[in-house]
Amino acid sequence: MFALFPLLYTFYLSFFKWNLIQESKQFVGAANYRYSFSDGLFWNAMGNSFRFALGSVPFGMAVALGVAILVNQKLRGITVFRTIYYIPAISSGVAIAMLWIYVYLPETGLINSLLGMAGITNKTDFLQNPGWAMSALVFMSVWVGLGPKMILFLAGLMGIPPALYEASELDGASKWQSFWHVTLPMLAPTTFFVMVTSTIGAFQLFTPVYMMTKGGPQDTTDVVGYHIYIEAWQKFLVGIAGAKSFILLLVIAIFAFLQYRMMKKQLEGYWVG
Amino acid sequence: MKKLLSYLLLILLALFLAAPFVWMILVSLHPSKAPIPSVDKILPDQAHWENYRLVLFNPELPVFRFFVNSVIVTCAVVFGQLFVTSLAAFGFSRLTFRGRDALFNLFLLSLMFAGPVMQLPVYLLVRSAGWLDTYWALIVPGLSSAFNVFLLRQFMLAIPKELDEAARLDGAGEFFIYRRLILPLSKTALATAGAFTFFAVWTDFFWPLLATNSVEMRTLEVGLSVFKNSYGGANWPLQMTAAVIVITPLLLVFLFTQRFFVKGITMGSIK
Repeated sequence: MFALFPLLYTFYLSFFKWNLIQESKQFVGAANYRYSFSDGLFWNAMGNSFRFALGSVPFGMAVALGVAILVNQKLRGITVFRTIYYIPAISSGVAIAMLWIYVYLPETGLINSLLGMAGITNKTDFLQNPGWAMSALVFMSVWVGLGPKMILFLAGLMGIPPALYEASELDGASKWQSFWHVTLPMLAPTTFFVMVTSTIGAFQLFTPVYMMTKGGPQDTTDVVGYHIYIEAWQKFLVGIAGAKSFILLLVIAIFAFLQYRMMKKQLEGYWVG
Repeated sequence: MKKLLSYLLLILLALFLAAPFVWMILVSLHPSKAPIPSVDKILPDQAHWENYRLVLFNPELPVFRFFVNSVIVTCAVVFGQLFVTSLAAFGFSRLTFRGRDALFNLFLLSLMFAGPVMQLPVYLLVRSAGWLDTYWALIVPGLSSAFNVFLLRQFMLAIPKELDEAARLDGAGEFFIYRRLILPLSKTALATAGAFTFFAVWTDFFWPLLATNSVEMRTLEVGLSVFKNSYGGANWPLQMTAAVIVITPLLLVFLFTQRFFVKGITMGSIK
């Protein structure tokens, strides 16, 4: 009930014109939905979220899988490394944002300083450059999200029976072949879980945008979570914000379904809910 | 040789993940109001620890009060939420009633919903209760969590059914079974859920931003975010000091609870 009531109430509000302050709400039927569908800025934000997801989800998963394989070896002190890799994920979003503003600064930021030492002296203002800002957010989110994804893949890797590798070795398979034909298929449930949860997370991106770019430059990082926040809490367009969040919910559901269809074959036989 | 290569990779990666934190600490030790140091001048001439005093005992910002608020709210939510979500998980896993699984699936749907607007009805509810800008506003809406219910339900499903059937035959009531049987058996799962909740509440930014407006009611996370605006680019060392202050309690708690993270994350994913 805790979870369903807000959901239904937002849906109810999406049919009204209301600014949070007035006493009475004005019923407007589907007008908020019609408005949202024709709002270019909303679709720009949707596109930005899509770009963010397309950049951060596959890239983040590939990096995390690679690191999981690396830390799945029996080496002394390996748990220390696993712990270090997890730290960005538990640190506060606000502190991380402050830190990365610094990393991306044009003159003295960490990246530009390092580039300068490597002889590349044309300084880029990563967060103020429309061509770079989104990539900068993607890169940061991969850095932050590495730990939890890595642990998930690690658990998946540890669950693969060693006998399978022994069998494929006996069949004369190379390292790459057993990766493609044993590791990846056996990891399908983990991959599915990571993919769906990180896609949902990607569409809800908020704090870094609020702290670091305010949706700029030129609306290139105005993602849908931030866009809806502005509609509801800065412009007080409650009904429109409600309608837009329902459209967003639908988009996320479609993505989750498509990902399920895509992975269905690999999941058969493994997935137990 | 292969081992050496692995270690090299591991260390490079650790540097990549830790470097920004080290950089943050080093900058926090530069004299306040100093311009941003470049990489070759990152080591300060002497450590300016007074930055920490300046931030913690700032005359304009009650940072110590923020800290106390965070502690109160986080503790209340962690324990309250463990009680509420374990009861819900008990219902979803041990009791049988019509439409149970359909209800649970609907419940999971809320995990998908966009955070910023899910808060709108909650905000209105809290406002109509007259709770805005009080501890109630910060604590009560945090008491439910679909994720924790999911986590605890998965765990409770694995406890053999025969246990509570035997207890029921002996005449035990449902609450007795929950309290005396299932809860003690779910200790690890509860610790895991508690650890996750601690970090989620301590670092929550959006809800405390909406639910409070007086400076005295801010939590650490929201309170210190103003360091970005009020000091602006002019005072990077103090800004980084504030960031270190937010992160340090999290790091300490993480070091003590990290094993629960591994457990929880594997428990919540694939059974």
